[in-house]
Amino acid sequence: MFKTVWKKMIGLGLVAMLSATALVGCSSETTTENKTDNKKEQAAETTLDKIKERGKLVVGVKYDLNLFGLKNPQTGEVEGFDIDIAKGLAKKILGDENKIELKEVTSKTRIPMLNNGEIDAIIATMTITEERKKEVDFSDVYFMAGQSLLVKKDSNINSVKDVNKKGVTVLTAKGSTSAQNIRAKAPEATVLEFENYAEAFTALKAGQGDALTTDNALLFGMAKQDPNFRVVDETFSEEPYGIAVRKGDKELLDVINEYLKEIKANGEYDKIYEKWIGEKPKQ
Amino acid sequence: MLNYSILIEHWDMYMQGFANTLKASVLALIGSLAIGTVMAVFRIAPVRPLNWIGAAYVEFIRNIPLILIVFVFFVGLPAIGIRFDSFTAGTLGLTVYTAAFIAEVIRAGILAVPKGQMEAARSSGLTYLQAMWYIILPQAVKIVIPPMGNQFINLVKNSSVLGVIAGLDLMYFGDLISSETFVTFDVYIFVAMFYLLLTIPLSLGVGALERRLARSR
Repeated sequence: MFKTVWKKMIGLGLVAMLSATALVGCSSETTTENKTDNKKEQAAETTLDKIKERGKLVVGVKYDLNLFGLKNPQTGEVEGFDIDIAKGLAKKILGDENKIELKEVTSKTRIPMLNNGEIDAIIATMTITEERKKEVDFSDVYFMAGQSLLVKKDSNINSVKDVNKKGVTVLTAKGSTSAQNIRAKAPEATVLEFENYAEAFTALKAGQGDALTTDNALLFGMAKQDPNFRVVDETFSEEPYGIAVRKGDKELLDVINEYLKEIKANGEYDKIYEKWIGEKPKQ
Repeated sequence: MLNYSILIEHWDMYMQGFANTLKASVLALIGSLAIGTVMAVFRIAPVRPLNWIGAAYVEFIRNIPLILIVFVFFVGLPAIGIRFDSFTAGTLGLTVYTAAFIAEVIRAGILAVPKGQMEAARSSGLTYLQAMWYIILPQAVKIVIPPMGNQFINLVKNSSVLGVIAGLDLMYFGDLISSETFVTFDVYIFVAMFYLLLTIPLSLGVGALERRLARSR
């Protein structure tokens, strides 16, 4: 009795698998045909055209960074400096700041997501570096930050020299320029890299490190969250943030640069800056 | 084709990660085997409070995601003044978590040994613990080898959780290399190969042990 049932089930399973592979076989053929068609079209169509056609700008932003891109748990909305810049860009391209789709990126995922077409541009506190210029094209600088340290209120760390000692642990996020900088500036310190700054900050609060390092703009946001921590005054690098687009997306890049010039000239930029950072931008 | 220059240029990082993954796996394996055996015996010992402890441990731990247990060791315990570094916290979390599963495997193995064995041992004058150690456990071992092998393999793979708390294991360095080189696929293929380097011999070893014990039965 059982044997026949089993035989039937195995038989059924095999039939299902075979038909599935057959189906997959068919569909993959059709998609390759479509792809070649698409490629021909793509040659003529720029990303900017596509954004206009679709009526929506897709931007990769951070969801976990206070002041720059943070998902507000009460409203479910993502808010911050980067978001306001992105909305203004949507208004510039499509005439409506709500014609925008925000997608969450991390320092690790943003370049792969841009290059596989999931997002049109990255506005995610991304420092312009030579290395990254090989992968993506950057706009003009839209925010000038500098790397610093976040430490306990009563800590005696006041500059990067104070962490350049054996036995001092500095926390940061994977894939960030901050990690490379701190290794160069404080080669004696142990550097531990976490998935994102939220996790690094959790580890710092748990006493798993002596300092957290990244751009001061982000550190101010953390210090605001938890008054037991302070930001060291000294900055030891210049971190110019840029908006990244896929290599060769010249039309989109031109529009972005034009937009940045506009908002800097008409005072819109200063407004956004003050709203989030709490002070006027330094000239 | 795979980009082997990544493997060569970052060989030191891969090696350090491999060594730490191996170390974490071996330590967690020994630790979870010890805790798991004790908890299994607790669950079936003829002492009610011990039963409760064993059952509570297994049901509590195995129904919580591993990563949360690791976070308890990494950021939870420091709140009450007990601090472990990331590697130790990760390995402890892994040990505690795997022990719950191993306890169930061993308990099933012990229960599979016919009741008459314990009765005969007790009536020939052995204490409960002696009967357990000399009569029941040796027979249970044969029964539990295959499912135990599964748990060990899972343990090696689960050690990748250390990567999340900067535990300096293979996964941690894989993430680092990937974020430095902007290469995703190739980097993780090499990571997978290093894991296979640990898990495949483990699989084969468990298989061989199983065959040997089957012969000696």
